[in-house]
Amino acid sequence: MAFDKMELRDIEVWDGNFAAAQALRQCQIDVVAAYPITPSTPIVEGYAKFLADGYVEGEFVMVESEHAAMSGCIGAAAAGGRVATATSSQGFALMVETLYQASGMRLPIVLNVVNRALAAPLNVNGDHSDMYLGRDSGWIQLDAYNPQEAYDLNFIAFKVAEDHDVRLPCMVHQDGFMTSHTAQGVKTLTDDQGYGFVGEFQPMNDMLDLDHPVTHGVQTEEDWHFEHKARQHRDLMLNVTPKIQAAFDAFEKLSGRKYNMVEKYEMEDADVAVVCMGTSVETAREVALEMRKEGIKAGVVGIRVYRPFPFMEIADALKNVKAIGALDRSSPNGAAGMLFNELAGALFNTDTKALLSGYVYGLGGRDLTKAHLRDLYKELQSNVDAGKVTTQLQQFIGVRGPKLAFL
Amino acid sequence: MLEIRWHSRAGQGAVTGAKGLADVVSTTGKQVQAFAFYGSAKRGAAMTAYNRVDDQPIMNHEKFMRPDFVFVIDPALVYTTDVTINDKENTVYIITTHLSTEELVASQPKLAGKNVYTVDCIKIAQETIGRAIPNTPMLGAFMKISKMYDIEFFKENMKRILGKLPQKIIDANMLAIQRAYDEVK
Repeated sequence: MAFDKMELRDIEVWDGNFAAAQALRQCQIDVVAAYPITPSTPIVEGYAKFLADGYVEGEFVMVESEHAAMSGCIGAAAAGGRVATATSSQGFALMVETLYQASGMRLPIVLNVVNRALAAPLNVNGDHSDMYLGRDSGWIQLDAYNPQEAYDLNFIAFKVAEDHDVRLPCMVHQDGFMTSHTAQGVKTLTDDQGYGFVGEFQPMNDMLDLDHPVTHGVQTEEDWHFEHKARQHRDLMLNVTPKIQAAFDAFEKLSGRKYNMVEKYEMEDADVAVVCMGTSVETAREVALEMRKEGIKAGVVGIRVYRPFPFMEIADALKNVKAIGALDRSSPNGAAGMLFNELAGALFNTDTKALLSGYVYGLGGRDLTKAHLRDLYKELQSNVDAGKVTTQLQQFIGVRGPKLAFL
Repeated sequence: MLEIRWHSRAGQGAVTGAKGLADVVSTTGKQVQAFAFYGSAKRGAAMTAYNRVDDQPIMNHEKFMRPDFVFVIDPALVYTTDVTINDKENTVYIITTHLSTEELVASQPKLAGKNVYTVDCIKIAQETIGRAIPNTPMLGAFMKISKMYDIEFFKENMKRILGKLPQKIIDANMLAIQRAYDEVK
């Protein structure tokens, strides 16, 4: 490797963006094609600086839009390189067309998505609207709750995406500002450990292998399109989960940090559980511990792997609880929330008779306070006590004005 | 859990100050968190930044805070924003001003009866660093009032954190930190 190594302290105080940029450096990305957008900008900026300073052997491609950024990534990945970029919000929305190209062409690109609200009205702060927009795009989606995880999950993303039994692109999500611009202690890997974990890039059907010519980006009509899509879905449903588990296990061996498809906290004897994603998982963990001191057996379930959705694991995690609050940080715009729907689907054919209610919160970066979560747990407990959902099935929390509830 | 709220203007270095403090504290084995409220704010707009310090991993990501310390690094913010919002009975204020503590409290009655210390971080920064960047002097004042760390230990760590700056600027920052440490009252 013809680049300089960087000495890191065992614990560095990094925000989520810088943690992700350092992971990209340590994974030695060949090509980053990027069009920076708040709040993800420092990730690609960081990579560019590492490149300019001789810490990476690679190429930074400046492009004219996010659509072009992902297109550049697709070209570079098809050519046979290790490829990554980052985006948020409107940039992510503009990328959507090419996201389906990347997954359909089975290119193992890693996209750091720093979750941010979608306009209108314009807003630079964190919610999960962009993350939800990507959920049918055929990518693997991993979710970080803090800067440490934004760092760690990048290594895991490359390990899984580039596996020849997978060959699917992977998003690593973190909450805009709440993770991306929040500095916390991050336990580092050495450059050798980090690169050793992901290993040398192993090309597959690369266009620069001139001895084995291949075609990428073909047209298939009614004759073959369905088979390609079915194969992609099959691989997501069957191949990806064991590879993620293997990567989690290998990463635990390397770092001591353990990840799971579904993260369970205080769930062994929980009566009431909150299911959520991002930084909210950690705040809810703290509140759950406080509720237990008040006699409410509270637990938290965090979604770590959002796609492929851990259908069986989530049903198992919730099998003994009496009431569940599904927290969606994205406006469902005319439906129940995504998590409400996914949980309902996962639990419907089981013996679980838990009372399920949905909550929409935190749009445009609106604070989810511990007070909100305390009220929420008490409400779930009162549902348990009454033996039925005592409220409407969908409620908004933290929004000003008269209480909003539907269904 | 120790919680700090910074009142600043965008561009005065509150975020850098909060992250620098977090970095120093982290070297002593404690858990840290440093963040800020952002919008599409431009330089000069009032903003707040935050620190949390604890012996346990910090899981709380709410932006709401009842601070133990309030740092005000721009003198006008005492009048144009409510620096006392969500405070506690024992919240300690360290405020940048050219006024004495008595004059400051007289000019802003909301501070009456509160635990207020003053130091002129703007003047100190101008006279040492040559620019009105009041973040590092505020940390010097904080070391004096909180007795969190020995000032020499703190300065050594700040030298490392400022490491990429020219030596002249680092030296000026060390002077600024020491002066604020000596002058806060």
